Amino acid sequence: MKPILEIKDISKRFRISHENQAYMSMRDSIASLFKRSSSTTEEFYALKNVSFNINPGESIGIIGKNGAGKSTLLKILSKITPPTSGSIISRGRIASLLEVGTGFHPELTGRENIYLNGSILGMKRKEIVSKFDMIVDFSGTERFLDTPLKHFSSGMQLRLAFSVAAFLEPEILVIDEVLAVGDAEFQKKCMGKMEEVGKEGRTILFVSHNMEAVSRLCTRAILLQDGGVTYNDDTKKTISAYYNVNENLAKSIMLSDRKDRSGNGKCRFEKIWFTDEKGNEVNRFKSGEYVRIHGLVRPIEAVPKKMYASVSFCNNGGERMFSLGSGLIDKKVVINGLTEIQWTMPKLPLSTNDYWGDLFLFETAGGLDMNDQVEHAFRFVVDEGDFHGTGRLQAAGRDMVFVDFNVEYKNELS
Amino acid sequence: MEYEIKPHEKLSLGIKELWQYRELFFFFTWRDIKVKYKQTFLGFLWAILQPLLLMFIFSLPGKALNIPSEGMPYSLFAFSGLILWLVFSSGISNAGNSMINNANIIKKIYFPRLIIPISSILVSLFDFLMAFIVFAGMLVYYKINIDFTRFFLFLPASVAITAISTFGTGSLLAALNIKYRDFRYVIPFLVQAMIFVTPVIYPVSIIAERYTWAKYIFALNPMYGAIELFRAGFTHAILVKDLLLLSFGSGVVFFMIGLYYFRKTEFYFADVA
Repeated sequence: MKPILEIKDISKRFRISHENQAYMSMRDSIASLFKRSSSTTEEFYALKNVSFNINPGESIGIIGKNGAGKSTLLKILSKITPPTSGSIISRGRIASLLEVGTGFHPELTGRENIYLNGSILGMKRKEIVSKFDMIVDFSGTERFLDTPLKHFSSGMQLRLAFSVAAFLEPEILVIDEVLAVGDAEFQKKCMGKMEEVGKEGRTILFVSHNMEAVSRLCTRAILLQDGGVTYNDDTKKTISAYYNVNENLAKSIMLSDRKDRSGNGKCRFEKIWFTDEKGNEVNRFKSGEYVRIHGLVRPIEAVPKKMYASVSFCNNGGERMFSLGSGLIDKKVVINGLTEIQWTMPKLPLSTNDYWGDLFLFETAGGLDMNDQVEHAFRFVVDEGDFHGTGRLQAAGRDMVFVDFNVEYKNELS
Repeated sequence: MEYEIKPHEKLSLGIKELWQYRELFFFFTWRDIKVKYKQTFLGFLWAILQPLLLMFIFSLPGKALNIPSEGMPYSLFAFSGLILWLVFSSGISNAGNSMINNANIIKKIYFPRLIIPISSILVSLFDFLMAFIVFAGMLVYYKINIDFTRFFLFLPASVAITAISTFGTGSLLAALNIKYRDFRYVIPFLVQAMIFVTPVIYPVSIIAERYTWAKYIFALNPMYGAIELFRAGFTHAILVKDLLLLSFGSGVVFFMIGLYYFRKTEFYFADVA
């Protein structure tokens, strides 16, 4: 039997602009005609030489950390964006659900949106007409069918959206995280529907962070890491490989071997590690937790020196989130022999994500006389946490940082 | 069915694919028309009221200044120009912004991208059909003596030229706009400026009397030919062949440039939108 999908050596390159512009303006284009430096852009491979085959009827899970290339792969499979090189041979109709409710319009009624969305997803009008009642039934929104969507609750909108998608009948179904919607009961219903689709013998490609869902739906899973396939095996094995990737975050990071550093080298960071409030070594934190960062510094000369020491946190886009610069709080550390520096954050303000930590050690304010500078010295993983201690968690990806704040009000100020 | 997804190489028109997705034209157009008149009290009447109100506005100075109107009542002159002009102006501004307005869909679902700007032009053509009913009423009201051969030959031809040049300009602007957001500001300006080189509210003759070369500037604008031809459909005006051909030629050039640029860049819309 020929595979239904042959993914052959797919790569996707992006050019990232360091000016962080989402789009270009004419002025930039015209200006760049006259500027010779191309230093503002950098090439970045979201996918690199990805190859694998999928047989008809298989359910494949694609897992990996944020930024591993999962979404890019799905976008290429869905023809939304072309690969930079390589090719994919497909022997069936692909329908992709990268987001439920794509094309929903708030001004249109539920009924109208079913038609519109169904059509955008690739259903023929006849198909929608024949499945209309089933879709409505599955969504449980029949009472509001002739109400504009903007008056629907967000939960109802999602239910309607998933219901339309659930009745797509392509040979290959590509799904991205859609099960993360709705309440627990509806999620269960969705999972049931997906399992049903799988049993009907259709091919499913399923991307999720929900390992439980992946192991329920998929027989095989592929682990993507930094744009490449690092694991392609049965679901159980791949998932355990995925967890190992995450746990590869060592308890302490040795820096003595790092060559990609700058500074005069008179003092150098050797090691970095983290502890919690009780002094236990930890390798990942939650938003709002107490964090203590320990850095071990070895000087070359045996003369005591006063230095500024700084840790900066950057997001994956390279933007600096904040710095724990000793100069900011008017402090210097004394390096005398092998020295341990400690930075403490009583409440970690970062939201759920992975970050990079940069380390700096310098003698004069402003970063002159740099002794040691290690960029991307360590990876810092932050999990969802209750920063404000109220039990209300902010949805991932909505805010970058948390701050302590208060709200007050005064009445009758006339 | 077997097909291959690979890096974008050769340019094709993709007519076959457009045909496969033909129902989407209907759904996008239907959505835009529905949404346009949702929650309005007058609904579809606005499609008629817009050119009608513009006609009244332009008729005041038109009549007061005694602007020549090629032998027909000035209001009919203005209205016949306006309904076609509105197809072009609303067509290019809607098509020009259509890709950005539908960016969320473009980034999530694949379908031939051309459907989006074409559908927004179909919306403008729908409005034209509504306004055409009023226009037909005006022909009767003013007891215009119509030569039906000319009427059924010239009118559809003029609408076709309008559609082609609106599509060309609109899809070019749509593709440019998604990469260079400057065009968001260029489009309204372009629409406002172009009405002055189009015989909508005054005939070319009043400018050509003073500057003979001006008629060539007018003729470079595809809407010149479309409107002249449209009016010739219900009058006995003599058409200037060279100018018309120049105008149609420019319409075809716009069409080809727009189509070419759009097809050439559409593969990367999802990355830059």
